[in-house]
Formats: sequence, structure tokens, C-alpha cells
Amino acid sequence: MDTSKLTITDIINGYKENKFSVSDIVSSYLDRIEKLNSTLNAYITIDKENALKKAKELDGQEVKGSLHGVPFGIKDMFLTKGVKTTAASNVLRDYIPEYSATAVTRIEEAGGISLGKLNHDAWAHGSSGENSDFGNTLNPWNKDYVPGGSSSGSGTAVAAGLGAFATGTDTGGSIRLPASFTNTVGLKPTYGLVSRYGVIAMASSLDTIGHFTRTVQDSAKILSVTAGPDGMDSTLRQSSEKVNYESLIGKDIKGLKIGVPMEYVAEGLSNDVKETFEKSLEVLEGLGAKIVEVSLPHTEEGIAVYYVLMSSEVSSNLARYDGIRYGSDRSHFGKEAKRRIMLGTYTLSSGYYDAYYKKAMQVRTLLKEDFDKAFEKVDVLVSPVSPTQPWKFGEKISDPLAMYLSDALTVTVNLAGIPGLSVPAGFSANNLPIGIQFMGPHFSEELLFQVGHAFESETKHYERTLNL
Amino acid sequence: MRKASITYIDTHHTAKLANLTLTDAEHEEMQNQLDDVIGYIKKLNTVETSDIEPTAQVTGLKNVTREDTAMDACLTQDEALSGTDKKHNGLFVVDKLVDTQ
Repeated sequence: MDTSKLTITDIINGYKENKFSVSDIVSSYLDRIEKLNSTLNAYITIDKENALKKAKELDGQEVKGSLHGVPFGIKDMFLTKGVKTTAASNVLRDYIPEYSATAVTRIEEAGGISLGKLNHDAWAHGSSGENSDFGNTLNPWNKDYVPGGSSSGSGTAVAAGLGAFATGTDTGGSIRLPASFTNTVGLKPTYGLVSRYGVIAMASSLDTIGHFTRTVQDSAKILSVTAGPDGMDSTLRQSSEKVNYESLIGKDIKGLKIGVPMEYVAEGLSNDVKETFEKSLEVLEGLGAKIVEVSLPHTEEGIAVYYVLMSSEVSSNLARYDGIRYGSDRSHFGKEAKRRIMLGTYTLSSGYYDAYYKKAMQVRTLLKEDFDKAFEKVDVLVSPVSPTQPWKFGEKISDPLAMYLSDALTVTVNLAGIPGLSVPAGFSANNLPIGIQFMGPHFSEELLFQVGHAFESETKHYERTLNL
Repeated sequence: MRKASITYIDTHHTAKLANLTLTDAEHEEMQNQLDDVIGYIKKLNTVETSDIEPTAQVTGLKNVTREDTAMDACLTQDEALSGTDKKHNGLFVVDKLVDTQ
């Protein structure tokens, strides 16, 4: 069975029609991991025994949960009770948690079966996956190129059929960027929609919990499971109403106003990205949407605001790793974590707080107002996810500022707290994936799924065969 | 890589505040790279913000509280201690913080 072609919907339908058993499916994924993980390095920990045991328990049972018997991978930032959780850092190399993250618990209660823990940039710091203390994850479309970060293992796993879906975290683009680099769908939900309980904190005013799938419908299916308050994360919207995020899927987008932020496309895009984006706009117009130019005037300051706020909050959140209660001492932090701790400690230190942290929070207000004004004119926004297609390993690793600038089109969504959905949009001349992102007002995920699904049904990039 | 032209950060003072021990080579590399990044961040000074309220969170929630009662989700003493070998009589062992003088 070619698992790289299976969607969650295919798997659930297959169970209902008795085409295969849960054990058949789980074994197929585990076989594929066995075959490919030594090269791709998507998984840090493979949880074979547990996965097979759970599959056996579900064999022959009626399909109940919406993720019944669906195998998935977990970014190693999510705590998993009894299963090693490393944050891809030597500091937590041997750490075994005593409880699981809410998102993981909910997925498992809906029937999802974990195959293991996925690689990423240590502490979710990075845009290429190269900051992991457990080695690089390779891009399955071309192994000389980065899969995007920080959720590098999640993108690669879903693209290569090493999991039907994967969890991720997005603080400045860590889901959308690797999704666009691997031809997968990546959702960064609205800030305050999915609980962060049990997920290792990076920058608390920006962190969100999302996931990678092959299709938009699968993405909506998972959000219906993970969204909503759990009583453990007080930043969540307090609404007990259960939302079905698949409700607008299949509805056309005729007459919908889609805005293109001029500042995102004016300069700095590679020719391949520019061309792919322009073709995507034609597709959306062909589907009856109205394309409108809008302006987000403070886009230029996005990266500066983000790197002040994010580093400051990182320095505070990583202060807890002192090797006393768990993990190793602070000498085990890698280069990038040290850099961010140092930068954030500096911007929060006496005499500099007003000049950096407070100033950045004020410009954040202006950035957010840009989006508020844009959404008075249009229903959703669309832009490329990354200014370029995937780059080669090593290209940016010794120049942190160049690496940071690759997040220019994603960090603004985190600063405004709005949702972003990255959808495959095509391939570069040298056959590397390129994605676009749809952005909407706070809590407009249903609308993003509607637009994303319409675009995906027309373009079907997810059907492209990956030769491995 | 680019060499930053202005020195902004005192890496020795900052490393002490951050409780990080850096090698000489790390100090040098960090000095260059962080000055480069801070030089870039300085562009925020060109934005007029004197009347602008800072944004610390984006969804407008205020004073989220719960009943002051014990919750189920609480680790047992053994569970809380399971991540370390440095324990004594059911407690964590830490370095001495205050001198007796």
C-alpha cells in the first residue's frame, strides 16, 4: 500500500468498507518509516510497539471517533506521557514526561494512533530544520534541499507518507513554511483557539498549535478535534460550543473578495514564487473570487518586531531549563537557542526595555491595525508563504539575519494573532514545492478551509507523485 | 558573513544575566551576529509610536480566572521527581543560593 497517497478520509472510508484493518494501515506506515526514516530523519523516536498494540485493539471495532485508527506523527515539542520528548535539544535528550499535551490527548481520544515523535529545529527555533541537535531532516522532494522549519519532520513525514497527518507549532511560520516547502497543507490557527497545555513554550504571546495534512478537508477534520478550551490554558477563547470546521467545505467562492497585500509581492520574490503566485490568483479568479489589492503598510517592520518580542519571550521561557527538576544544565543549549536567549535577555535588560520590547509591542499594535483595516475591505488575504522556494542545506546557516528574513511573509500573521492556512500552489523549475497562504480575521478558520478547499479541488497539487 | 559596524551588546554582562557560560569563540561570534541583528532591529526607531498603546496579547481576553479549588491535574510527588537523579528525602537538590556570612 502506498501510504504517501492516502488521506485521512481515504483511511476512514477504507475501514468503513472493510478494505483493510487498522493493523494493516498502521503496519504499512511503520514499514514505510522503517524503509525511509534512516535517510529522511523525520522521526526522532518511533513508537512501533504502542502503535501496533493500539491498532490491534481497534481491529474489528466499529468506526466511532473521527480519527479512528488514523496513524500520525507528533512534533517533539508536544509532551507525551511515557514517551521521550526532546524538543530536539540535547537539554531534554532523555526526558520522559509524566503527562500528555491536550492536543495529543484529544487526537488519541478521537482514535488517532501515534507512530512517534518528529524532528524539528531545537526548541522550534529556525526556518530550515538545521538547528536540530538530532541531525537534519531532508526534503523528500530533493534531499539536497531543506524541508523548511521549524516543523521540518512534520512536513517531511506527511509528504513522504510516514504519517497520515502530523502536529506542529507555529510561532513565526513554523507550520506554514515547512508545509509550503513539502507540498503539504499547514494550518496555523487563531491565537487562543487550540490549547497549548503540555506543549513546550517558545514565545507565549505568539505560540499556536496546528497540524500538517495532505488535504484541506483533513486539516478541518483535525481542527474540529483539537479546538476549544480545556481549562488548562487561560489564553483560550472561552466558548464551549463545538464547531464543525468542515461545514463550509465544498461551498463555492463566487463573489468572495480576496486581498493581495502589495507589500508582500512588491519585491524580493524569486521568479518561480512570483510566477506560481500569479497563476494561483488566476485560478482564484476563475473560481469567481474578486482579487483586490490592499496595503499592509507596516509589513516592512514585521521581522524586527517579531525578533524582539520572540527573543524576549524565549529568554524568559527557556530560563526554566536549569537541569534541576529535569533535563541537563544550560551548557547543553545549541547555538541558536543561546543566540535567542542572549538577544532576548539584552532587549529585556535594564535600560533597554523601553527602547526594544515596549517599542516592538507598540509597532505590533500598528501591524494588527493594518490587518483590521484590510479585513474591512476583503474577506480573506492571500500571499506566498516564503519569498523563495526551498534552499540548499548550509546556504543560510552561518548568517542568522538572512535566515530570519526568510520568515518575512509569515511572522505578521502571528503578530496579529490571525489564522493562516498554507496550501500547495505548484512547483519551481527544479521541481521543488511552492505554497501560498490564506489569511483571515480572528477565528475565521471555516472560511479559510472553504477557500483553501476550492483552490485545492481546482489545482490538485497534492496528487503529484513523489518518487522515493 | 557581514561584520557589524557598531557594537551594541555587552555579551559578557548579558551572558551573566542569562545564566549562560560562553567560550571566547562564542563571545566573538555572538558579538558579530547579535550586533548585526540589533542593527537591523533599530529600524523600529523610524516608526512614530508616541500615542500608540503596546499590544501584549491579541484576542482581548481579560482576567481569566477559575474557582480556587484543587484540580485533578496534579502530579504526585514521585511523578514530579521522576525527571531527576538529584533528589533527597523526596525533594529536589539545588545549589546553595545564599552564603552563610
